[in-house]
Amino acid sequence: MKRHLKTSAIALATATLLGLCVTPLQAQQGKLSGDSVKIGVLTDMSGVYADYGGPGAVAAAKMAVQDFGGKMFGKPIEVVNADHQNKPDIAKNVTQQWFDRDGVDMTVENLNSAVALTVQGLAKEKNKISIITGAATARLTNEDCAPGNGIHYLMDTIALSNVVGKAIVKDGGDSWFFLTADYAFGHSLEKDTGEVVKATGGSVKGAVRHPLATTDFSSFLLQAQSSGAKVIGLANAGGDTVNSIKAAAEFGLTKKQNLAALLMLLTDVHALGLNTAQGLYLTEGWYWDLNDESRKWASRYEAVMKKKPNSNHASVYSATMHYLKAVQAAGTDDTAAVMKKMQETPINDMFAKNGQLRPDGRMVHDMYLFQVKKPSESKGAWDYYHLKGTIKGEEAFQSLANSRCPAFKK
Amino acid sequence: MNRALLYAVLLLALLVAPWIGYPVFLMKALCFALFASAFNLLIGFTGLLSFGHAMFFGFSAYVAAHAAKVWGLTPELAVVCGTLSATAIGIVTGWLAVRRQGIYFAMVTLALAQMIYFICVQAPFTYAEDGIQGVPRGQLLGLFALANDTVMYYFVLGVFLIGFLLIHRIVHSPFGQVLKSIRENEARALSLGYHVDRYKLMAFVLSATIAGMAGATKALALGLATLTDVSWQMSGEVVLMTLLGGMGTILGPSVGAAIIVTMQNYLADLGSWVTTIMGATFVICVLVFRRGIVGEIAHRFGRH
Amino acid sequence: MTELFGIPVQALLGQLMLGLVNGSFYAILSLGLAVIFGMLNIVNFAHGALYMVGAFFAWMLLNYAGIGYWAALLLAPIGVGLIGVVIEKTMLQWLRQLDHLYGLLLTFGLALILEGVFREFYGSSGLPYDLPDVFRGVFDLGFMMLPKYRVWVIVMSIVLCGATWFMIEKTRLGAYLRAGTENPQLVQAFGVNVPLLITFTYAFGVGLAGLAGVMAAPIYQVSPLMGSNIIIVVFAVVVIGGMGSILGSIVTGLALGLIEGLTKVFFAEASTTVVFVIMAIVLLLRPAGLFGREK
Repeated sequence: MKRHLKTSAIALATATLLGLCVTPLQAQQGKLSGDSVKIGVLTDMSGVYADYGGPGAVAAAKMAVQDFGGKMFGKPIEVVNADHQNKPDIAKNVTQQWFDRDGVDMTVENLNSAVALTVQGLAKEKNKISIITGAATARLTNEDCAPGNGIHYLMDTIALSNVVGKAIVKDGGDSWFFLTADYAFGHSLEKDTGEVVKATGGSVKGAVRHPLATTDFSSFLLQAQSSGAKVIGLANAGGDTVNSIKAAAEFGLTKKQNLAALLMLLTDVHALGLNTAQGLYLTEGWYWDLNDESRKWASRYEAVMKKKPNSNHASVYSATMHYLKAVQAAGTDDTAAVMKKMQETPINDMFAKNGQLRPDGRMVHDMYLFQVKKPSESKGAWDYYHLKGTIKGEEAFQSLANSRCPAFKK
Repeated sequence: MNRALLYAVLLLALLVAPWIGYPVFLMKALCFALFASAFNLLIGFTGLLSFGHAMFFGFSAYVAAHAAKVWGLTPELAVVCGTLSATAIGIVTGWLAVRRQGIYFAMVTLALAQMIYFICVQAPFTYAEDGIQGVPRGQLLGLFALANDTVMYYFVLGVFLIGFLLIHRIVHSPFGQVLKSIRENEARALSLGYHVDRYKLMAFVLSATIAGMAGATKALALGLATLTDVSWQMSGEVVLMTLLGGMGTILGPSVGAAIIVTMQNYLADLGSWVTTIMGATFVICVLVFRRGIVGEIAHRFGRH
Repeated sequence: MTELFGIPVQALLGQLMLGLVNGSFYAILSLGLAVIFGMLNIVNFAHGALYMVGAFFAWMLLNYAGIGYWAALLLAPIGVGLIGVVIEKTMLQWLRQLDHLYGLLLTFGLALILEGVFREFYGSSGLPYDLPDVFRGVFDLGFMMLPKYRVWVIVMSIVLCGATWFMIEKTRLGAYLRAGTENPQLVQAFGVNVPLLITFTYAFGVGLAGLAGVMAAPIYQVSPLMGSNIIIVVFAVVVIGGMGSILGSIVTGLALGLIEGLTKVFFAEASTTVVFVIMAIVLLLRPAGLFGREK
């Protein structure tokens, strides 16, 4: 009996000490120093969205630091990264530690709308800077905005719907049927695009909701087929979009109807293969083959990552560079001063021309409408897009006047 | 007497912890320690493997988060709401699940948990992918603001201690003895005249309730309730925590929880390898380390 | 357009056919699970992961060795079967004397390992696997389009399930298997190599899963997550059908696929939960499962 207790005591004291030992270790990792600039890249390294951001985003951020010179006011710029595994809990944990104890000044990428909202909230609370590139929810600059702390750099659900919706209707696709991922992101994408379609003179024949992470879309597509709509709008993302498209191809849907992928990136097309993806309309904020500058940067990226970058990777580079230049110009990494500089300076680089950071956090830049090439038209891997149109930033994004952000609401 | 000393030492350590370590991390560890301990009540002491415990933890988290954020309830009431919701689910699912035994029981709990998961995906109040974010900590009893991490830690510690003491009491009571007898030999317990099914259901509901307490507290401490909390991976994690720490021991699950939470935190950089490592830990534990850490040490030193 | 219950006939029949396809996969997988459970008393949580490995083998064969679908149908299941042999010999056999729950836990751990490794190297957005050319296209029946490949899947599954049933119920090997389940010591006493039989059973069961994986590859993306997505539904199927009977698993799998398909037409949001709801109902009315024999 006594032995039992002694052993338990030893066991548990050891365990507790172990536990306590671990946490101080975390406390000592990195001191808060106003002088050295520390950037955190938070992304999904291995999950559903690893190709959107992932290691590529980290590489892009590091490229920016490297191009900037690697040092700010004589001190080396640090880049740390973490995998949130698409879990807001992990994201919150990591970011909190970054801001509280590790001296991180700015966090970039943050794909996955749930994660983005958490991170932006934290940035506001701790008065740091968060730059969201990979997440799409328009709430970041509306209901959940954080002017002065949060930046939404790449695209949002409103821009996505504005570009694809308008363009397709003008191109003749005036009757729509939606295939919607049955959660907030999908709903808002469906709603925003529906409004745009109707405003442009088109009609919405109906919608079918599918559960998130559905593997078999055939039954939903059957309904889309029997609706007779000219365009099937895919209000979903990632694996869902890829699977929807596969199923549509298998059913010969694309012979009579057109698909519109409302959120799709180059890497998804690569995963699908041109055979299946050809003819698809989609919108991105950037493409590697747009001009010489973009091609040059893309080659550099490809040398490191062995694949071409998508618009998210490019935006991480651009955002990081913009931030670093602002810190340099402001002479400090103090949040308010840096934000002011970032808003004052337009963005002119390989990612965007005359990009403008607005007070509500929205970075306004041109969006592009693409159509996926046929296999016969492609000259090789990653040569996937025809450029169908360029939409000016002011047209694509929601205007500040319509913003639902409490600070700017009329 | 020695046991009392042991507990006193541990309590002291826990009281001092937030001044040494990182309060948010410690709160998370405590919540999972309670969750694992609740789970252990079922597997370690009653011999029932539930593979769907996340449904209690996660659903309670959602309800508590909603209660605190939308209904504006004070934290202790929010925790109560969450816990009660877990109890309700526990009663319904338990009643269904105890109709089967052993392996089937595990599979049924898994499937029911998955159903709850999908319900959570659809239900408007859970906001699916986004989860319920920005859950306010409010003021305990309307008096003590919990916004400060260290203050909140003590609230979480309080809840943990209540839950832990409850488990301790259950295990060391006549009721607990019957549970153990069911674990050892259900047929014999039945032949002795015990209404085995009722005891199993009772244990199930108690386990669900305490797991719910853990979930609700977690939602308030970390400010989030997400789909992760109701996923089958979460159910698997709590099994691993208990297995690693030591099934059937009082303190084992807490040790296991502390280790797994630390591992996930520390190894977050490794991405998918964490999943693999957890899987490997499972395999190793099942093959050569079935007693778990606390169980193994107790066994070894007990034999001198 | 003719309508039935307010749904165009085209859509309804289409859904039923698709439900049948899904049901085919459920049937094959629950068949494998039932065979393994019958013989080893282990609920093989790794079944889904090995189904995924089968799909990956097909993908790897195509992309690394230029070996196409038809050869993959043979090679991938063999590969998965070999993995099964390794698993059984190095790990599962030590658990034979223990509580069955440990088998579930071990295979759960294996499933995590497999998923983690594949996710680490291949990400999780899925890899494309093209249909073999002969299956491209649809049969245009007028009232619906019937993709050729899906028809093939249904036919193949029925043949497979039938062959397995035949092997187990009508052949000598099957007789040994069934006897070994009932009374391993006695069968061993008769000179039958029971451990070998057990290893073979496990390998066969997971080989079936691997084969299902190859067949699934052109329909769904080849993704490390495809196993975990499907395994829990298959568990529910197995609980509904009861694990005693081969025929039971097949019928239940197909039936549930059909029901899921119908739900998608009339009440799409419930399609993910309908299987579990049915499971709950069956538990209330017939706890041993529709075809089960409670031990």
